[in-house]
Formats: sequence, C-alpha cells, structure tokens
Amino acid sequence: MSGKIAVSLTVNSEEVEAFVAPRTTLADFLRQDLQLTGTHAGCEMGVCGACLVLIDDQPVHACLMFAVQVDGCVIETVEGLTSRDAITDLQKAFHERNALQCGFCTPGMLVSAYGILSSGKVPSREEIRDALSGNYCRCTGYEAIVDAIERTVGERWRAKVAEEEA
Amino acid sequence: MNVSAGSLDRPNSYIGRSVSRPNAKRLLEGKGRYVTDLVLPRMLYAAFVRSPYAHGRILSIDTDEAAALAGVRAVFTGKDLAAICTPWVGTLDHFKNMKSPPQLPLPTEKVTWSGQPVVLIVADSRAIAEDAAELVMIDIEEMPALADPVEAMSAGAISEELDDNLCFSMKLDAGGVDEALEAADLTVEQSFIFGRHTAVTLEPRAIVADYDPSENRLTAHHATQTPYQFQDVYSRHFGIPEANVRVIAPDIGGSFGMKLHVYHEEMAAVGASILLGRPVKYVADRMESFVSDIHARDHRVTARLAVGKDGRITGMEVDDVTAIGPFSSYPRTSAVEGNQVVRLMGAPYDFSAYRAKLSVVFQNKVQASQYRAVGHPIACAVTECMVDKAARELALDPFDIRGRNLIPDDSYPRKSPTGYQFEKLSHEVCLSRLRSLMNYDSLREEQAKLREKGILRGIGIALFVEITNPSPAFYGVGGARISAQDGAVVKLTPSGEVHCAISVTEQGQGTETVIGQIVADQLGVDRAKVRIMTGDTDMTPHGGATWACRGAGIGGETALQAARRLKANLLSIAGFILQAQPGELDIREDWIIEATTGQQRISLAEVARIAFFRSDTLPPGTQAQLSVAHHYAPQGYPFAFTNGAQGSLVEVDVETGFVKILRHWVVEDCGRIINPLLVDEQIRGGVVQGLGAAFFEECLYNAEGQLTNGSLTDYLVPMACEMPDIEISHVETPTRDTELGAKGVGEAGTAAASAAAMNAVNDALAGHGAVLSQIPMTPTRILKALGKI
Repeated sequence: MSGKIAVSLTVNSEEVEAFVAPRTTLADFLRQDLQLTGTHAGCEMGVCGACLVLIDDQPVHACLMFAVQVDGCVIETVEGLTSRDAITDLQKAFHERNALQCGFCTPGMLVSAYGILSSGKVPSREEIRDALSGNYCRCTGYEAIVDAIERTVGERWRAKVAEEEA
Repeated sequence: MNVSAGSLDRPNSYIGRSVSRPNAKRLLEGKGRYVTDLVLPRMLYAAFVRSPYAHGRILSIDTDEAAALAGVRAVFTGKDLAAICTPWVGTLDHFKNMKSPPQLPLPTEKVTWSGQPVVLIVADSRAIAEDAAELVMIDIEEMPALADPVEAMSAGAISEELDDNLCFSMKLDAGGVDEALEAADLTVEQSFIFGRHTAVTLEPRAIVADYDPSENRLTAHHATQTPYQFQDVYSRHFGIPEANVRVIAPDIGGSFGMKLHVYHEEMAAVGASILLGRPVKYVADRMESFVSDIHARDHRVTARLAVGKDGRITGMEVDDVTAIGPFSSYPRTSAVEGNQVVRLMGAPYDFSAYRAKLSVVFQNKVQASQYRAVGHPIACAVTECMVDKAARELALDPFDIRGRNLIPDDSYPRKSPTGYQFEKLSHEVCLSRLRSLMNYDSLREEQAKLREKGILRGIGIALFVEITNPSPAFYGVGGARISAQDGAVVKLTPSGEVHCAISVTEQGQGTETVIGQIVADQLGVDRAKVRIMTGDTDMTPHGGATWACRGAGIGGETALQAARRLKANLLSIAGFILQAQPGELDIREDWIIEATTGQQRISLAEVARIAFFRSDTLPPGTQAQLSVAHHYAPQGYPFAFTNGAQGSLVEVDVETGFVKILRHWVVEDCGRIINPLLVDEQIRGGVVQGLGAAFFEECLYNAEGQLTNGSLTDYLVPMACEMPDIEISHVETPTRDTELGAKGVGEAGTAAASAAAMNAVNDALAGHGAVLSQIPMTPTRILKALGKI
C-alpha cells in the first residue's frame, strides 16, 4: 500500500509526526511504529478491550481506529499513564490484590479503570463489574480486579473528603 | 543437615504466606515482553491461506501471482515443507491400538478441516503477506464433511492412511455392574452432551522462529508452556541437534493447556525460517485462533447409576463418545481427555461396581485436545448430575445423599475401581465445610420463600477429585518425550544473593513467585535477594515445565531439594571460615547463625566474598561448591490427587431462559499451600472458565463442518458483569511423597464449576418438568427444556 499520509498527534505528552498507511490501525501504529507495546491486540474487532487507550482522555479501542483518524488528537497509553503517575495507586492495588495473572488484558483494564476513576463517582461493585464488561480477562475471574478498583475508588474518595475537610 | 531454619512451619516462613508477585509489576506498567511484541533484525512475517472446506482433495495450487507481489519473500506449500520436516503422529504406546494419521506442517493431498492452513506466505510485513494470501488460487474438490461424531464412527475413513474413524477405544470393567443394576432399588439413566469450547487466551498463539544457517542453530521465541517439549520436537522433526535448538518462552498471555500442543502454523514458521535463513514471525489473529487453536471437550455421555432406597450408590455404567478432529494432537494425544473422563467417574464415592466404554472418534473439525482440567469437568458433571437425579427421586437432600456415599476420610490409602491410587483425600471435611460456608440451610429457606413469589433460585453442589503432580505414568510410559522430572540450578552470587534457574514455567499463575518463596525460605535469605529464571531451554535445566498442576508440587519440590543442597554447601564453607561444625550452624535472614542460640556469626555476603575472591584463605583442598544443579522426579504415588467441593447459587428466569449466577463457593484441598493469595486466584480463574463452559462458551458448527461463531463477537466469553464473587475455603492434606507436601490447584476450579452450576439450574427447575443435561445451558436450551419453545 503506497500513499502514506502525514499525521501529527500527541502521544504520552510527546509530539509525534509520522507518515502512516491509511490502513494502519492506531493499535498497530502504537505497537509497531512507536514501539509502545503495552497496548495489546487481543481480537482486533473492539470486543476484548486489551487495546484500550485514551484519546482526548476517553477510553477508546485502538484496534478500531485508523492512525490517520487520530491526527491532531491527544493519545495516552499505559506507558504514559505510568510515567506521569496517574495510576500509581491503581497499579499498587492491582499488584497487592494479585488482580492480574498473564497481564495481557491488564493495560486495557487499567485504562477502563482510569475511566471509572475519572468519572468522580463512587460506583458499587456491580457498577464496576458493569463498567468492565468491555474488558475480557481469561485468568483472574474478575473478582480481584473489581476488588482492586473498588479499593482505589475508595482511597481516592476518602482522600478527597479529607482534603475538603482540611 | 540442620533443617530447623528451613522447617516449613516455622514462624516467618515464606511457605504459606500471601506475598505478591515481583514479576507482575512490569506487566502493570505495560512492559511485559510477549512474543507478539518481539521484533528481530531482518525479520519476516507469515500469513496462511486456509481451506474454506472441512474436507476435500487438493487439485491444484497457483501461487504465481502471490509470489510476484512486491514485498513477498517466499510462498511455501505442503511439499516445500515436507522436504525438511518429518511427519508426526499423535499416539501413545500405553493407549493400546490407538491410531492417528501422520501430520505435516501443510497438507500435500487433502484438507481435513475448515481453516486448515494450506499455503504459507512470508513477506516484509503481515499486511503484505495477507494481501498476497488473497492472490493464491487453491482448487479443492470438496468431499462430504463428517461433523457429527456418531455418524463419523460408522462412516468411511477421513484419513487415507487408516481404515476407519476410530482413534482409540477402551473398556473398563471392575465387575459387578450387571448385578448392581439388577439388584438396585432405583436405576437412574441420563444422556449428556458437552459442547466444544476453546481456550481464548487473550494473547493468541505466537512464534518468532530464528534459524541461523551458519551454526545450524534454531532459536524459537515461542509463546508456550512447554519450551523443552518444543526443543525436542523441533530438533527431531527438522533434524537439528538438540543442543542447537533453543526455545525461549518469555511472558505468555495465557495458555491453559492450549499452547502446549504442536500446531501446523508454528511448524511451518520454523520450516520457513530454516528455508530462508531469516527470522519469521507468526501471530494467529483471533479469527485464526478460533479455527486453529485446539478445541476442548465435545463429549456425548450416557450413564446409568444403580442406587439403593437408602441412597447408597452400588454401581455405575458409562459410555463416552468424544470427537477430536481429523487426527490426534501431538505429542500428548487427544485420548488423554477421554481416558480421564472414564477414570474419574464416580471418583469421590464408595462403590466398586463400575464399567465404562470410551470411543475417541475422528471428524472434520479442528483438533480437540487437552485444555484446563482435562476430562475432569465431564466426569464431575456426569457423576454429580446423576447423584442429584437419584437424590430427587429418593427425596434426599443433595448433601445427605453425598454424605451417605463419600469415601470416608479415614479409609485411605485406597484404589478407585478405575485403577487410580488415592493417598489421602478429605471429602467428608470438605463437604461439611461447604455446607457451613454456603450457609446452606438459610439458602434453602430463602429459596422456598422466593419460590412463593415466583422467583426460581437453584442451589447446586458438586464434589470433585483432581489429578495433579503426574509421574512418568502420564506420558513417559507411552513413549512421549515429555519429562515428568524438573531441574533447577541454584547459585550463590558473589554478593551473597541467590539465583535459581528452574524448568517449571510461568504463565501468570505465579510460578516464579512460589519458587522464589521456597528457595528464600529454605536458604534463609530475604525473598528480594532471590532471582528466579524460567522459560529458556539454554538457561535452565531440562524439565517438564508447567502443566497438569505440576508447577508447585514437582517444581516446588525440585527447588526445595536444590536449595537444601546449596545450603549444606554454604554451611560447610561457613564452618571452615568460623571453625565450627556445619551442623551447629544455620542461615537466617541472610546471616550464618548459631543454630541453637540464633546468634549471628557471619553474613552470607561475607561468606560469598571469601569463597569467590579469597579462596586462598580457605583450608587447602577446599573447593567451595557455590552452585547446585538438582533434579527431582516424583516417586511413590503416580499422581497426587486432590479433592474439594463447590457450590453454586443461580436464579433462572423461566420467561427468558436467562440465568443469573448469584454466588459460587469452593472448598479445596491442594495439600500444603505455599501462597494463599495465588492459590485463591487460581481457583477463581478456574471457576470462571468452568462457568463459561456451563453457560456461554460453545464452538458452533453447521452440518458442513463450518464453524459459525468463530469470532470474539459471536463466541461468548464470560464477562465481569456476569460473574459472581467466589468464596473460598481450604483444607490442607499435604502429600507425604514430598518434603513440601504441595499438590496442584490450577484446574480445581474448572473441574467442578460447571457441574455445580448444572445442578443449581436443575434444582431451580425442579418441579417444572425440565432437566438440563447439555452444556452450555443457553437460554434457548433452558426454554426448550421447559417446553416453552
């Protein structure tokens, strides 16, 4: 496929300019062109959630977007969230609760959880389970993941209340 | 040797402690190193052209146009690869009269399932390879597909090398079944269907095969559980000396048994790398996974149970027909599942009259073979459903009828009517624990109250026995070059820290963590100073790796014994340095101590410094042995059987057929628990795979042998919102065959979850004239059973 197209975007706080083939998905662009391999391709049809990234702060399936579609957008992957300490508490909760096994679904889970945490609400377990329905995990059976997110939601909520009271 | 500091039950022991996994942190930061991530210099990408037909004769293949596409480096057909790869046959000698046709990477004459790879394209990118695949013309004369196993049994042979479609058949007869059935007050009979499902690992199968002709050296970066097995397979079938084959299994995105079988695509990728002298990468996409990963189960079982009016089971008869695809998988075969089905039937119960017939049948679907809990869910569901059916007919409570039939906890060791030797199981205590864990009596009260309001809840229980820690009786005796032993090299570093390279492998279950706990515990060092290395045939001793719940039990014992040997060496050196008797010394918290007083004498770091850099100060003739290589193979019982009990609470909507899974409980006895956190998550993950099989997962085929739901939008994987919280309790009956006493746990959850769920659904529907005996229990099947559609 010839006819590469110029795109300009922000990925993990860095300006990126590249020429991409029109058929290259955002997932492939991140993984192959930028070597950001934390974003995983599990089904390439927007079902399993392993490829979730943030586009303009919203969780989006990177396998369902073409790289040319994100021209001008702000993209953040698990690597970016990690390096700016946006999910350190969440990662700690996942680690301590053993809310991951093979780790392949984990970056997508964290992006979904980031979305839950960003909503500012305090969801019930059932609501957390519901919000994770676009993320398949084959190893854990989900309970530990729900526990880890629930714990982080609670900790952030308590920190916020404490801050407001202070 | 003084073992006080290494005693497993001492305070502050790492054994039995919930510690998190050191190697999980990088996965949480997106820094996992999966085969799918790997890029090597000069690497090419593979894509396959697959058969659109389930059965047919290849008339011609035209690859000219594909080969001419810019960026295509090679196009290979069956003949090209057959020239460098010897065929493989998936049989085991101890399965008498078992047969299977020889397999090659790509077919030369016939296609035998829809989705079979026929032509391999190697190109500069996967996209170009897929473009080229569309330009290949294959002319196939379609032949009638044998999709139905019962039909396949009497139809003409799929394989031209064989006379019929019977891969393997077996009869077991412990005697007394006819008499038991004749004398029984009650005979319950039921037929069951267990659908095909598949592993759906989140990371699909992947390999980067890297052949270097200058050294006749193959390095395969392979997403597998069993690198040693593949080292052997690649060496023998491609004629490369074993020492020149290195298989590296880095981070693996799930396996569950699926990634330990030989697949045609991986063999073809290795062949392509040999033919091209360049690295070749193949990653199955999800659509390819559905038509080429092994499928599992696919059983039709008829069972009869003889029961007295006191509820005592007196005999059982079983007939299992299981279909495995066009050949038996390699090198473990597709007969192990059926063999375990008929041998595990009735395992928790105290009766001896048992008879079984097993037929393993070829058909035109993708190969079916070992997947998590091989055979267990079938045996468990059939047994437990039959027991519940008898209980309903005799108006006995499910706990009551089981209590009357369990093998008593004080009656071990004993042998099952199917030949399994049980060292010590704990059915009675597990059943009673389950009852209190579930709060069973309250559940029944609540169920009755809700029933008055028209809400149908069901409570189901299931007992199980699980096969773990297999000895050479599993594969070795059948001629398969699959190790039952494991090996470890434990070494002291010059700073007094520890490195352990071991042959069990990690797929996220926490293998490296538990091995680290054991080594740290036995050597008396901080866990943070122990580095575990796995998954590389060049860097670790040869061993069985991780499957059949052997990682902790066999790998753990290997590590324990290796660490004890290194410790003895270190105490001997310390004895020279301190002019003390080694037997009076011990190691605790990185220090050589006085065993009796606990007084610190010299740090391990100082011992290491002297031994590595100032050996001149040691007595003449002393050669400090600072690394230990040690192998361990299980002896004693051929398997370490575990047991447990599960409970399920569901709510069935009789108008829609939908089932809400409300709660699930597991009581499990895996012997000594090394890390409760990891054990519990193994159980939960296993349960959810069992519930997936019970309610959602099924590979649906039409009469032409076409998979009709082969994508992740159509094939239903359990989601977070559908799964319940799972409560777990443990009973610990360590095996006395090892010092460690650990048995396996990875398959326990899957073994009985679908049985408990099936009993729960049938309990909910009791009184509605509906009995479900097919899984998955889809809304349609439930409504059909209710006569609503």
